[in-house]
Amino acid sequence: MSSPAMQKRAPATAMMLVLTGIAMLSGFLVVLTDQLTAPLIAENQRLAIEAAVSKVIPGSVSHRQFLLSEGKLLPFKKGEAGQTIHAGYDAHGRLLGIAAETGAQGYAGMIYLLYGYEPSCECIRGIKVLKMAETPGLGDKIMSDPEFQTNFDALDARLDSRQTALLHPIVTVKHGSKQQSWEVDAISGATISSKAVGKALNLSAQKLLPQLKPLIPELEAMGK
Amino acid sequence: MKRKTDNRIDWETFSEGLWRDNPVFVMLLGMCPVLAVTNSATNALAMGLATTFVLLASGGLISAIARYIPKQVRIATYIIIIATFVTMVDYVIQAISLDLYNALGAFIQLIVVNCMILGRAEAYASKHRPLKSLVNALGMGLGFTFALLCLGVVRELLGAGSLFGVDLFGENFQPWVVMVLPAGGFLVLGTWLLLFDWIKQRKTQSEGEELHAR
Repeated sequence: MSSPAMQKRAPATAMMLVLTGIAMLSGFLVVLTDQLTAPLIAENQRLAIEAAVSKVIPGSVSHRQFLLSEGKLLPFKKGEAGQTIHAGYDAHGRLLGIAAETGAQGYAGMIYLLYGYEPSCECIRGIKVLKMAETPGLGDKIMSDPEFQTNFDALDARLDSRQTALLHPIVTVKHGSKQQSWEVDAISGATISSKAVGKALNLSAQKLLPQLKPLIPELEAMGK
Repeated sequence: MKRKTDNRIDWETFSEGLWRDNPVFVMLLGMCPVLAVTNSATNALAMGLATTFVLLASGGLISAIARYIPKQVRIATYIIIIATFVTMVDYVIQAISLDLYNALGAFIQLIVVNCMILGRAEAYASKHRPLKSLVNALGMGLGFTFALLCLGVVRELLGAGSLFGVDLFGENFQPWVVMVLPAGGFLVLGTWLLLFDWIKQRKTQSEGEELHAR
């Protein structure tokens, strides 16, 4: 083996040393930043979810997260398979509603939203757009338009007699032609985005609510 | 005397990036974030400051270790250094505000390939003393932030009727939606470029006439 002095003169060794050194410094800095910011980021994410759940389950003060897997309710664990649901309770521990995430293809990419289901009225009480790339001023009205939001004051989501699907599928109808409580009145000029919201709700409600129904007593007991 | 001119830090070192060699309005570098994230003043400011931080940190570090880097691997080294600071900024923005992070989207990570930063590393930081590089990087970063704000303020005012999220014109304002869409970015950038070029031309013209008169 050559002496350290000789190694220094060899360009390949110098290159390797410099790159290794820089990579180590880089790794150190990135890990350091990650360690310092991880609790803050987790807290931010928790607050964002908390705020969203509070919005779709009006009046709820405490929330618990569960995993719904093969008809069973499991405590929430990150990275495990199953549908995540958020149960919202009032100050006395009474179950107010259940929030779940859903999504559908909008006009510009996927629209992800959180919706709140209230078992006592068997209806959807609120939606909150989590992520979307809809056109500003048109499609993004699904987030801000107050008239559109009134669709979800009490959107009918009753189950049929066999308890396997919705009695009336949730559909989006043309602006101004909403007749039934299970219809979503589209925003004029943003029909595709409005339809995507209706589709996402229908898709998730059809699948989730029949599974959720038998678990409601269990969820109610959890709040006590 | 000779040494003094080489490493002297003067107003020009700092102001170069602000005006004469403004990265956006003169060099037309880093156009991707300039057009993409300037749909509101807040986004523009955040992007500008994030880029300024990366410029400062990478410029300082590269300038300090430049003479130890073999020239065959210098670009690779610069990219690792820049990517490191960008990742740090990425985490910090997530820790400050998730809304802001979602609004800026992929463009934070894309600071890595902002040609302005690599350009400054190669053309300036590797050839000057750390302090001078830092002063220059600060000027460049602020020049970039200033340019982003120029676009962001106009686009938010016209496209949403607000500034930094504060509504200015009230209910009756009809937003000019195209301004917050990509097309608006090109329109506003073009108008600013026209304006800056016109000012510049007038200045050089009068300087030239002065020289001629002498």
